[in-house]
Amino acid sequence: MDTSAASTTALELARWQFAFTVSFHIIFPALTIGLASYLVTLEGLWLWKQEPRYRELYYFWAKIFAINFAMGVVSGIVMAYQFGTNWSFFSTFAGGVTGPLLAYEVLTAFFLEAGFLGVMLFGWQKVGPGLHFFATIMVATGTLISTVWILASNSWMQTPTGFTVTDGRVVPIDWLKVIFNPSFPYRLLHMTAAAYLATGLFVGASAAWHMLRGRSTPAIRTMFSMAMWLIVVLTPIQIFIGDQHGLNTLEYQPAKVAAIEGHWENVPGESVPLILFGWPDMAAEKTHYAVQLPFLGSLILTHRLYGEIPGLKQFPPNDRPNSTIVFWTFRVMVGLGVLMLALGLWGLWLRWKADLYASKPFLHFAMWMGPAGLIALLAGWITTEVGRQPWVVYNVMRTAEGVSNHSVLALSIALILFVVVYCVVFGVGLGYMLKVVAKGPDEGGGPPVDEDNLFHRPARPMSAASGDIDVPAATGN
Amino acid sequence: MGIDLPLIWALIIGFGLMMYVIMDGFDLGVGILFPFVPARGDRDLMVNSVAPVWDGNETWLVLGGAALLAAFPLAYSVVLSALYLPIVVMLLGLILRGVAFEFRMNADRGPRHAWDTVFACGSYIATFCQGLILGAFIQGFVVSKNAFAGGGLDWLTPFSVFTGLALLFAYALLGATWLIIKTEGDLQERMRALAQPIAITLFVAIVIVSIWTPLSHPEIAARWFSFPNIILFSPVPVLVVLATLALLWAVNRDFHALPFLLALALVFLGYSGLVISLWPNIIPPSISIWDAASPPQSMGFTLVGALFIIPFILVYTAWAYTVFRGKVRAGEGYH
Repeated sequence: MDTSAASTTALELARWQFAFTVSFHIIFPALTIGLASYLVTLEGLWLWKQEPRYRELYYFWAKIFAINFAMGVVSGIVMAYQFGTNWSFFSTFAGGVTGPLLAYEVLTAFFLEAGFLGVMLFGWQKVGPGLHFFATIMVATGTLISTVWILASNSWMQTPTGFTVTDGRVVPIDWLKVIFNPSFPYRLLHMTAAAYLATGLFVGASAAWHMLRGRSTPAIRTMFSMAMWLIVVLTPIQIFIGDQHGLNTLEYQPAKVAAIEGHWENVPGESVPLILFGWPDMAAEKTHYAVQLPFLGSLILTHRLYGEIPGLKQFPPNDRPNSTIVFWTFRVMVGLGVLMLALGLWGLWLRWKADLYASKPFLHFAMWMGPAGLIALLAGWITTEVGRQPWVVYNVMRTAEGVSNHSVLALSIALILFVVVYCVVFGVGLGYMLKVVAKGPDEGGGPPVDEDNLFHRPARPMSAASGDIDVPAATGN
Repeated sequence: MGIDLPLIWALIIGFGLMMYVIMDGFDLGVGILFPFVPARGDRDLMVNSVAPVWDGNETWLVLGGAALLAAFPLAYSVVLSALYLPIVVMLLGLILRGVAFEFRMNADRGPRHAWDTVFACGSYIATFCQGLILGAFIQGFVVSKNAFAGGGLDWLTPFSVFTGLALLFAYALLGATWLIIKTEGDLQERMRALAQPIAITLFVAIVIVSIWTPLSHPEIAARWFSFPNIILFSPVPVLVVLATLALLWAVNRDFHALPFLLALALVFLGYSGLVISLWPNIIPPSISIWDAASPPQSMGFTLVGALFIIPFILVYTAWAYTVFRGKVRAGEGYH
């Protein structure tokens, strides 16, 4: 009994370590994906229209991008090694599939990003504008390619296909089926749209913060307008993708959907209600205090009035994901999605009334929605990952079978180190990002373009985000 | 018949790790040298000399991990779980060092000094842990039923601590000679002066490891000292001596790139010695690359991409280095 209690603790500690490090990590790539594409847009507009506001914005967001990217890189290396340190039995078992996908991500995406990042951030005076634009495009392309591979890997763990198990390990037999597994297209689109929305909300909130302080330069208005366009267009699309993703989950991971809905069993002849709020109780096998709307559960999930979805009681207790958690994280995600929709529509209406930049309540709303995209993204990931439990590879390998044999002591030391270092380092990093945001784009500022000094001085003398250094450099010419 | 996929993958991973050691070696070395260069302007130059390339350098480490998982999942699992704590601490060292690049430039004066300290400490921690991991790898791992079966502190031995310290000197030498290429004047002189004692210490460390390893591992001794190996491998120690002497000579003359190239040669020779000692084991002392190989479907699929893409990576990486070639100078206009 003692050893099993110890191993349960060890499993929980290893899961906490993974959850903690991956949750911190995903924030940075999400913003990296969104900001990289935004920077491509800005630089393209600058080259096309030659309006200074685009250059100001590029330079401004490139500084924030640089800090964010560095944090994404270093927190990402941890992920690449953690599968081996903490999930060695999973890696021995499934490395034949997850390894090649990760290797392709490094080869096609990480090198591309890192290889062109230096030129993008520091190369303004070293290469011509066309080549610089190309470097920005390569960095953005890298972020998107990276999304493809990592989501192929994660989706394969959720809905594994294209493999067989021989001699106690996974052997891929059809790589197209491995990569284009059933949940992959939905997850890929859902995550990419989420990264763009999270970035759009962050950009919009930054602009709103400045406008509420009476700073309403053309550059700030431009980024606000661009962000609001993105939100109003992308949010409905994202809601549609999410709905399709949910139907896909119902088909391949019905227990997850039952847990999300807090749905325990079907009553013959009755439709499934939609439980708006409640408290799913895993031990009592019921959802307390349920506030529910009739028919809607059936309607949303089966698109039929009396359609049934499996209830949690249809699954053996040790195959059920924790409904209490995913019920709520799912509602946080959806609730924030509804707020994003409201923000987008309100913005559209104000734009029509030519009041977009002046409405104080709207600017406040946009500002407070700044972190909403990231929170929704985290809530969504918690839903899908906790909802996958108790499996690490769905219906193939249990999470408990995949974990390394570390002592509780070693796991505790590592977890404490991670928590302390991450909170301090990434806390400070987010602080610096907000500090740059608060300074705002420099009017007339932009990357130095002094032709005389083409080869005499580094364009960005020390760091891509050295705000205190670059202002004089940019304006002194 | 057919291609020996595990062999090709061992070569690719060996190449990737080599690239990592060389490239992140010099930028970690820059951090290791920080305590010897207190002036802010000099430190800015040092950081600036690696700022555009450190991301790419570190990507080779990610490739090492991912390729190991793809091609030798057993080795990835056993070695990484055996080295749990040193790997976690190494990763945290890399985090501290990596973010310090950006943070020190966004900080006010007080915190900036603190981030400089973090930059140096992170470089020391990451390097020492990598050396420790190297030493533990040479010593080998207890494996039973396809899993690590040793103790949580097996990696901690006098030998691994020694290799940890030795790697600090190796990276410091790469860093110092890199800065000889990238700087001029006072700072360059300081690097030339530092490179000499570092090179001598590193040489002594290489000699000690070369004696210690065969003494404690008879199978490695047999590998080196049996006939005809002793003749085949004799160029390695001879070249180590020659490279060290040439380095000590070149560092005090008006060469800019030569000392770095010789330091690279020295590191490459050390790496070759390691490969000779351990080949073909990927989980020393007894699990070979063929025992630990992933299914051929996994190796083959990844190989297609690797052979096609790595040349492109090398080309654009080389291009990025070319863009930032030449001396870094205390920029006009950053005060």
